[in-house]
Amino acid sequence: MLAIFVKRILIAIPVLFAVASITFFLIKIAPGGPFDADRAVSPQVLKNLNEAYNLDASNWEQYVDYMSGLIQGDLGPSFRFPGRSVTEMIATGLPVTFELAFYAILIALLMGVFSGVLAALKRNTFLDFIPMAIAMIGICVPTFLMGPLLVLIFGINLEVLPVSGWGQLPGDKILPSLTLGFAYAAYIARLSRGGMLEVLNQDFIRTARAKGLTERMVVIKHAMQGGLIPVVSFLGPAIAGLLAGSFVVETIFQIPGLGRFYVEAAFNRDYTMILGTTIFFSAMIVFFNLLSDLAALWLNPRSRDT
Amino acid sequence: MKSNSLWSDALYRLSRNRAAMFGGFILILLIICAILAPWIAPYSYSYQDLNLGASPPSVEHLLGTDILGRDLLSRILYGARISLLVGFVATGVALIIGVSWGIVAGYVGGRVDSVMMRIVDILYGLPFIIFIILLMVIFGRNLWLLFGAIGAVEWLTMARIVRGQVIGLKNQEFVMAARAMGVSNFAMFRRHLLPNILGPIAVYATLTIPQVMLLEGFLSFLGLGIQPPMSSWGTLIKDGVESMEEYSWLLIYPGITFTITLFALNFFGDGLRDALDPKTTDS
Repeated sequence: MLAIFVKRILIAIPVLFAVASITFFLIKIAPGGPFDADRAVSPQVLKNLNEAYNLDASNWEQYVDYMSGLIQGDLGPSFRFPGRSVTEMIATGLPVTFELAFYAILIALLMGVFSGVLAALKRNTFLDFIPMAIAMIGICVPTFLMGPLLVLIFGINLEVLPVSGWGQLPGDKILPSLTLGFAYAAYIARLSRGGMLEVLNQDFIRTARAKGLTERMVVIKHAMQGGLIPVVSFLGPAIAGLLAGSFVVETIFQIPGLGRFYVEAAFNRDYTMILGTTIFFSAMIVFFNLLSDLAALWLNPRSRDT
Repeated sequence: MKSNSLWSDALYRLSRNRAAMFGGFILILLIICAILAPWIAPYSYSYQDLNLGASPPSVEHLLGTDILGRDLLSRILYGARISLLVGFVATGVALIIGVSWGIVAGYVGGRVDSVMMRIVDILYGLPFIIFIILLMVIFGRNLWLLFGAIGAVEWLTMARIVRGQVIGLKNQEFVMAARAMGVSNFAMFRRHLLPNILGPIAVYATLTIPQVMLLEGFLSFLGLGIQPPMSSWGTLIKDGVESMEEYSWLLIYPGITFTITLFALNFFGDGLRDALDPKTTDS
């Protein structure tokens, strides 16, 4: 376990370094500087700006400078919002995005595991067909359609929930979390159904039943531990997907999180912000993938001892 | 003649699967509509009737018009061209990269294989959506770049699947016999390996198309994908969201079209998988 963990960390560090370097140089070859976009500034002002942001140094010097800042957690100043650093902006957006992702994952796990396990236990009955049909809808209706539809129904027609915002009005966190969570609930429902079906036919389940355990104990103690491994392995990649989902959900519901900052930075060509958030997102995703792989490994008795 | 019977067998099983046949039928219908859009669309996609403005569905405009008085049905039909084009072309790009990568890794094996697959593992763990956005920002929102960027992201699973299949085939007698006869590497791929892995490739390609279309929709929704005056279903949904409070049909009809297409593709892909590999029916 520990050996695998150390090995994975040792791979992750050069990967993140490569991501940071590639992103840095990609942005350097981007046409147009950050200050020649909207209004014409006098050459002197431009020169001062470039000096202030260290843009007149050679690319190599800037790169070394940026990388040494990165190691200390300094992602440089934002081009668009003078006086604010990228690190600072990430620190403001991150808690919001984390909270949203947390609720979404919670909803996805509760809905998904419950309906998936139920569908597997009541196979080929309507308790199987209906959740699986709903799951198919969850997979085929993209987040960017689900969100507006929920707003249209609950926010505009029924007027029971706020249509946007985060933490300003009571209940305004419900629709964004549901929107983001629903798609994952669908995947998790399918995965847990498949995993449970595989496990339920195995010998150790028959043994557990034969020794007189109640059906509830068989399912909870024996079947679910093995049957839900696919769900645990899915959670790592799901975090990456949640990130993309947060771009959409935070844009639809005007939530001041990291996803919306990123989309805005992309529109404003705020290059340091794009660079900083890209590196940060990559690091987070590498970390969560590692975590979910380890959890899946730990849950699987066959690989636990090695 | 064995390969023939495999395909005809699969075709028979596919024809028995109602959901898959229905999905396939919808798909063919959509493709025909997309190709014939300039002839069957009641109006041009850019024709504006500013006096009319946004109007609900009526006899003249079956699905209503948008704020600029453009016929929604026509715009959905033209949007189908872009959305389906992105779906097929980007999947094609993913197919070419993934299949070649997988065949080389699986067939050569050894250290080359482990390095190539390690690269795939590493790329799997990175937030590609961000790189696509990055590329679109840096190099401008260009349709061909979009194809390339999406295709360059979606090939990873294909490479894994193909590699697994090739490794399974590599040690079979007919491949060894071919190698003993001195068949060149290229001929080996084309005559012996490729035909035998066509099934899984077809299945996975069908299931990649909806993912690609989702990705395009996602980018267009954020305003980073297809740019006006061109429109895809993603941009139509984006426009619909902006005016959904007063003119909900502008969101609902493009949304329904998009969802039905994804349904059809998923059902057809699932059916194809079951037909070509009956063992996996239960999962």
